[in-house]
Amino acid sequence: MSELTELGVAAIRDGVSTGTFSAVEVAEAFNANVAAAATLNAFIVTTPDKALDAARAVDANRAAGKPLGKLGGVPIGMKDLFATAGVQTTAASHMLEGFIPPYESTVSGKLWAEGAGMLGKLNLDQFAMGSSNETSYFGNVISPWRRSDGGNAALAPGGSSGGSSTAVSARLCPAATGTDTGGSIRQPAAFTGISGIKPTYGRCSRWGIVAFASSLDQAGPMARDVTDCAIMLEAMSGFDPKDSTSLDLPVPAWEAGLNPDMRGKKVGVPVEYRMDGMDADVAASWEQGIAWLRDAGATIVEISLPHTKYALPAYYIIAPAEASSNLARYDGVRYGLRDLPDNAGLQDMYAATRAAGFGAEVKRRILIGTYVLSAGFYDAYYTQAQKVRTLISRDFARAFETVDVILAPTAPTAAFALGEKSADPLAMYLNDVFAVPASLAGLPAMSVPAGLNREGLPLGLQVIGRPFDEQGVLNAGLAIERRAGFTARPEKWW
Amino acid sequence: MSVDTATVAKIAALARIKLSQDEVSAMVPELNGILAWVEQLAEVDVTGVEPMTAVIENHLRLRDDVVNADVQTGGDKREKVLANAPAPEHGFFGVPKVIE
Repeated sequence: MSELTELGVAAIRDGVSTGTFSAVEVAEAFNANVAAAATLNAFIVTTPDKALDAARAVDANRAAGKPLGKLGGVPIGMKDLFATAGVQTTAASHMLEGFIPPYESTVSGKLWAEGAGMLGKLNLDQFAMGSSNETSYFGNVISPWRRSDGGNAALAPGGSSGGSSTAVSARLCPAATGTDTGGSIRQPAAFTGISGIKPTYGRCSRWGIVAFASSLDQAGPMARDVTDCAIMLEAMSGFDPKDSTSLDLPVPAWEAGLNPDMRGKKVGVPVEYRMDGMDADVAASWEQGIAWLRDAGATIVEISLPHTKYALPAYYIIAPAEASSNLARYDGVRYGLRDLPDNAGLQDMYAATRAAGFGAEVKRRILIGTYVLSAGFYDAYYTQAQKVRTLISRDFARAFETVDVILAPTAPTAAFALGEKSADPLAMYLNDVFAVPASLAGLPAMSVPAGLNREGLPLGLQVIGRPFDEQGVLNAGLAIERRAGFTARPEKWW
Repeated sequence: MSVDTATVAKIAALARIKLSQDEVSAMVPELNGILAWVEQLAEVDVTGVEPMTAVIENHLRLRDDVVNADVQTGGDKREKVLANAPAPEHGFFGVPKVIE
């Protein structure tokens, strides 16, 4: 039944619902693909029995004439940042190795309630800090894509949701959850030729998601196309009283509202994103995207987001500051690793535990965060960054007075090789230059595949929308998807 | 502003992360590179601009003042709370001796 793994979320849901195939057949097919792809290292743990149990329940419901849910019979991958009851949740860290949550995150619980099943916990950058999935304690995730030059250089699947992007693009799962703090859904989606959407901040509950930077963290789906993202996002979203920043708004019927007709819509193209020395293929794909949206009926308007160049430095103050505070909870007392040297006191235990449990990038960001929040530096760094964040948000608000959505590249380049940027933190950070501004403003934004570059690697286009207008983002994404006709896929080598 | 080895050692102590002398030395140029880059924020005119406190307007809610209103976040689950503790003792979190 290997052809079942060619199907996306909508096709599986519909096929299970009509009885064309059973949910168990689907789960078995994907379990087999997961088991055969250990080389890619996309999963930290696999849970084939969980996938089968959920599928059996869906098949039984169908036999009994009961409703199957929005994702009835769809097996998915769960980023290992979501707490899953009874299944190890690590945030790809040594600190949480062996941690078995006694509770389920709101988002994963919603997905299971809609009939989805879990294929396993997906690898990621440690505590979601990274853009290449090279900071995981459990090893690099390898992208299924290879350059067309005949070389076999192992490429980065993007990060931090690199296990998610690899698993979806390699057909190990039809969809996966991701989280996006500064591009962690969109950049890996772009690197692997799939779609992914970060909704408005507050749409998806953060309860049960291992916290990185709480004012930025947002969950979202990653899937093969826009429709599948809409279906997943509907299931993941909704008010949760357990998250103080959760939006108390009804969840729109995004799938039913999909409409690629852009007539009467205005699409903004920010001049500041056209940077000096921009990758020629990325620039060309952006131009192509503009032409596609014009063809879909949209009016293209040049806009200015004057504070764009300050978004990334502001992010690299705000996110580490919040991380240094959030990660203070890992102290070797209540859960997670404890390193207790001989004769050590409490303070020594904290310091030894955190030295042993955190990877280099996590330590780097905690130290930066601690520094910018420390007495004497707080105003110069943190307060200044939050003021700049206000200005960045205002730039978008002004732009959205005249345009409906904004079109930009997702990432400045296609996927790079593993190891290519890992020695230089700043070079790695610059990868999120187009993704971070929308994160700082809490806006919905998605990446859709636009085509291949001259090396045969996928490039993504990013659509950014007004707060709460996921529909507008999905619709523009669909208009691009229809015209891009992106069918390229990695040739199986694993 | 830039940091030296003494400052990095102090930050690491504040962050409760044990670093060796070599690790401190290696971290100095890395942190200085990042700090020099973020310092471009100082050139932005922020006169009259309020620092952002909430990215999407929302109202802060208070839950009802009811004990264990939500089963998942309520109490009465000592075993679950201690299940992942590295050294639970007598129904509590165990820590090294803190009082001489």
